[in-house]
Amino acid sequence: MWEQIRSNQVKSIILVVLMGVVLLALGYSLGLLFLGSPTAGLVIALVVWAIMNLIAYFQGDSILLSISGARKIGPDDHPRLYNVVEEMKIASGLEKMPDVYIIDDPALNAFATGRDANHASVAITSGLLQKLNRDELQGVIGHEMAHIKNRDVLLMSMLAVLLGTIVILAWYASRILLFSGAARGGSRRSSGGGGGGGQLIILAVAIVLMILAPIFAQLIYFAVSRRREYLADASSALYNRYPEGLASALEKLASSDTRVKAANQATAPMYTVNPLQKKGMAATSLTATHPPVAERIRILRAMGGASYRDYERAYAQMKQKHIVPPTALVGAAPVPLRAASPEEAVTEKVEHARDTSDLMWRLSNYRTIDCPCGARLRLPPNVKQITVSSIKCPHCGRVHAV
Amino acid sequence: MIALWVVLGIVVVLLLIFVALYNGLVGMRNQCRNAWAQIDVQLKRRHDLIPNLVETVKGYMQHERQTLEAVTKARNIAQAASGSSVGERAKLEGELSSALARLMVVVERYPDLKANQNFLALQEELTSTENKISFSRQFFNDSVLKYNNKTQMFPSNAVAGMFNFKAEEFFEVKVAAEREAPKVSFT
Repeated sequence: MWEQIRSNQVKSIILVVLMGVVLLALGYSLGLLFLGSPTAGLVIALVVWAIMNLIAYFQGDSILLSISGARKIGPDDHPRLYNVVEEMKIASGLEKMPDVYIIDDPALNAFATGRDANHASVAITSGLLQKLNRDELQGVIGHEMAHIKNRDVLLMSMLAVLLGTIVILAWYASRILLFSGAARGGSRRSSGGGGGGGQLIILAVAIVLMILAPIFAQLIYFAVSRRREYLADASSALYNRYPEGLASALEKLASSDTRVKAANQATAPMYTVNPLQKKGMAATSLTATHPPVAERIRILRAMGGASYRDYERAYAQMKQKHIVPPTALVGAAPVPLRAASPEEAVTEKVEHARDTSDLMWRLSNYRTIDCPCGARLRLPPNVKQITVSSIKCPHCGRVHAV
Repeated sequence: MIALWVVLGIVVVLLLIFVALYNGLVGMRNQCRNAWAQIDVQLKRRHDLIPNLVETVKGYMQHERQTLEAVTKARNIAQAASGSSVGERAKLEGELSSALARLMVVVERYPDLKANQNFLALQEELTSTENKISFSRQFFNDSVLKYNNKTQMFPSNAVAGMFNFKAEEFFEVKVAAEREAPKVSFT
């Protein structure tokens, strides 16, 4: 496992450095253009980047969790989810139990965050929690646990910050250029031209960089992100010994057309499937943060066993390329698949859906009163303000104390 | 003079390699022990859950005394043997697993029981504990495999021999009985 992480890291570092170069080039040309000194541009770019990095490192997880409206749950709030996370924690050999969060959203998705294995969190939408059976839930949580175990989260958030810096710098620069450039153009026209040809070339280069840098950076970001999705799939299959669980969960995720409300370009790679992609629109291979789901499913289903070697073989068959670092394949014993868990009865499925919706009510501070007639009353949290001390069941007329 | 430095350099390099190998072995052995402690926690958890389960189930199934007694007996034997060797424990815990699986098959015949909230909560805990046992066993066996490979392969086997790093035992449960998952019918 360690070998896999390391070889992963080498390739990722190359891409990060490449992105850093894009940032420096942008800073350099912008400095030359606006401030007359390339060093000043470099310094500004680096300072902005450093500040954003510090924020992302220490506050990134809480920012991400709060903008997605995630709420932390304990073992008693939803035993099944908490247990599955703990099972996957044990299977992956993680030392500390990650925090478990739930997002009140009918869309189907999940993500992992946190700067290292000791500050990790797993979040899942209530929609997904309702739709998945135990094996599928294990597959999805295993995938997120693999992101934590393989140290993907920190790298992805650093990359996201780098990308964000480039986009912000390019955006402001283009605004400044647009307005000051227009003003200068006007004055130049009145004074009858001027300005050296050298400055014109710098201007042209800066404009090209301003337009291309964000695109370049995004492509690099996407490339890293896609690789990590495949590897997390492979690890999830290994933890579970059951790739079909993740495959069928992905199938459910792909067939749903509800998008995550609180997702944007920068947070997209954190999710299990791309939260922004519209249904029916095939993502082009370069600009996708996530590999096409159909492909991921086919690879998982083509695995004969649960080891990295099996994943590598299935992947190579599909794409004629390699994905798992060879060092992770050395000395690994063959790993047999396990049998499926017993199928759930329909009543159990209903029970699971109800568990989840009860939890969501409870988390929103609604009070629940079960009337003996079978009706279930839910009181909103602000009911105290209108000083209600008792409430009548609308079905049978019994009066309940609040 | 130069020869002395060369000899000294070689000695230092050898010493560093030796330290790295030794520390690697210690780290792996500790991981095995840590993984074993994880299994132990889950096995204890299962021992604690079973009396509760038997108590809850007893009222519903008067005619299944034998199945219930088999579970209680297997649990008591397994608990009493919690100090014995890995292989011995694996065998006893395997027997407990199959007794529990038989009980869970029988439970399917009692719809009233399956509607009992208390039982459902226990069932979730028990299912999860069984899963945790098998996942921690999986991780333990992977760790043991890696450690054993290291103790037998050159050059770490030399260090292992010198400091008495012994190969660890795998935690194998009889697979056939364990894989017999209870089937739910929709009739």
